[in-house]
Amino acid sequence: MTSETAYTRPRDLAEALAVRAAEPRWMVLAGGTDLMVSAIHKPVPTGILDLWRLPGFAAIADGEGGSLVIGAGATWLEIGRDARVAEAWSPLALAAREIGALQIQARGTLGGNVGTSSPVGDSLPALLALDAEIEVASVRGRRRVPYAAWCTGYRTTALAADELIVAAHLPRPAAGTHLAWRKVGTRRAQSISKVMGAAAVRVEGGVVADARIALGAVADRPIRIAAVEQAVRGLGPAAAAEAARAAMRGAIRPIDDIRSSASYRDTVAENLVARFFSGMI
Amino acid sequence: MKLEFEVNGQPRTAEVNPWARLLDVLREDLRLTGTKEGCGEGECGACSVMLDGEVVNACIVAAGQCHGRRVVTVEGLATGEVLHAVQRALVACGGAQCGICTPGIAVCAAHVIDRKLVAGKPVAEARAAVRELLAGNICRCTGYQLIVDAVLVAVDEVGGS
Repeated sequence: MTSETAYTRPRDLAEALAVRAAEPRWMVLAGGTDLMVSAIHKPVPTGILDLWRLPGFAAIADGEGGSLVIGAGATWLEIGRDARVAEAWSPLALAAREIGALQIQARGTLGGNVGTSSPVGDSLPALLALDAEIEVASVRGRRRVPYAAWCTGYRTTALAADELIVAAHLPRPAAGTHLAWRKVGTRRAQSISKVMGAAAVRVEGGVVADARIALGAVADRPIRIAAVEQAVRGLGPAAAAEAARAAMRGAIRPIDDIRSSASYRDTVAENLVARFFSGMI
Repeated sequence: MKLEFEVNGQPRTAEVNPWARLLDVLREDLRLTGTKEGCGEGECGACSVMLDGEVVNACIVAAGQCHGRRVVTVEGLATGEVLHAVQRALVACGGAQCGICTPGIAVCAAHVIDRKLVAGKPVAEARAAVRELLAGNICRCTGYQLIVDAVLVAVDEVGGS
């Protein structure tokens, strides 16, 4: 007979951090859309630290310097319906609306996507392109990690055993920045992505001043495509689309798996990145 | 743990492991067998219930997380003997085949209707919106046309006010 799983629903973040420090092996659970599925193949957890609806944890608030701070507990439904996200950080809003379907969007959280950091986490290329920083907290204090340094490998992150993900900080994109997001899956809703990506391209005087191009499902983690980012600098949109297409060749090494083939992913990723630029014309 | 929560407007209790699935607590402990298990991994929507007013898949909700919260299952959609508008419409339009996905569709559609998520939209737009909102409810008999027809009939009947 297995003993009962311990369960704690903290009243505030301070209590949550104390439990996290005392019980680093407990499962940190919010909406459960990821952990409850993978749990089928894993032993029953010894304890659950339940962060669902922790007071203040799901807030979406204006931050310093025009930035936006999205609480780790905010659901995709809440993020997808937020007018500020839709207006200034559209890749994240578009990703939110295509994650799973209504039932998943009502439970899945930003913190969950960031915590798992699966290569197919739909919000993650958006966080990369938007230059997001992940804020974590522990009883030792708080720190921020750029998402680009957050995911350290296949489903591994910079999170320490006593830390909790608290929020994502999104700087306001500079004037003249074109934003894009695109997901390609088997069907529009409730499908795991074959390839998805996000772009933030700042145009000055008709040419690309700088670009952040991020893709998911093409490597062991969500990645930025430095070869494309360098190749398009100083070019107009049409020339940038061609240069991006050329720079994509050999830039990624996607895999064959149950959801798609490497060559399909290669082709789709190339088209998708080229369209980020041709779509600006 | 002793789980205390509200189910279909009634206070209920059950002795559960907090890690148990809400789906199993509803079906096995409370004998509310209207909620069906399809895939068991949050893909198909057969186990859709409302949790604090949002539609969720009960197969991927931990029971402990429901303590003190409100759950509405397909058994709670009707008011006494009077079915919810969408249940009547599903019957009238023939929006069901084998029936396994039907309770989840009724719950999700009732949420869409009661929250006015498509009310007031032109017909083509409303049809597209219903298809998108119900995209997480999969029917393997593949009979979506009559289901969507039924939801739109109920949307019209309930109206936007």
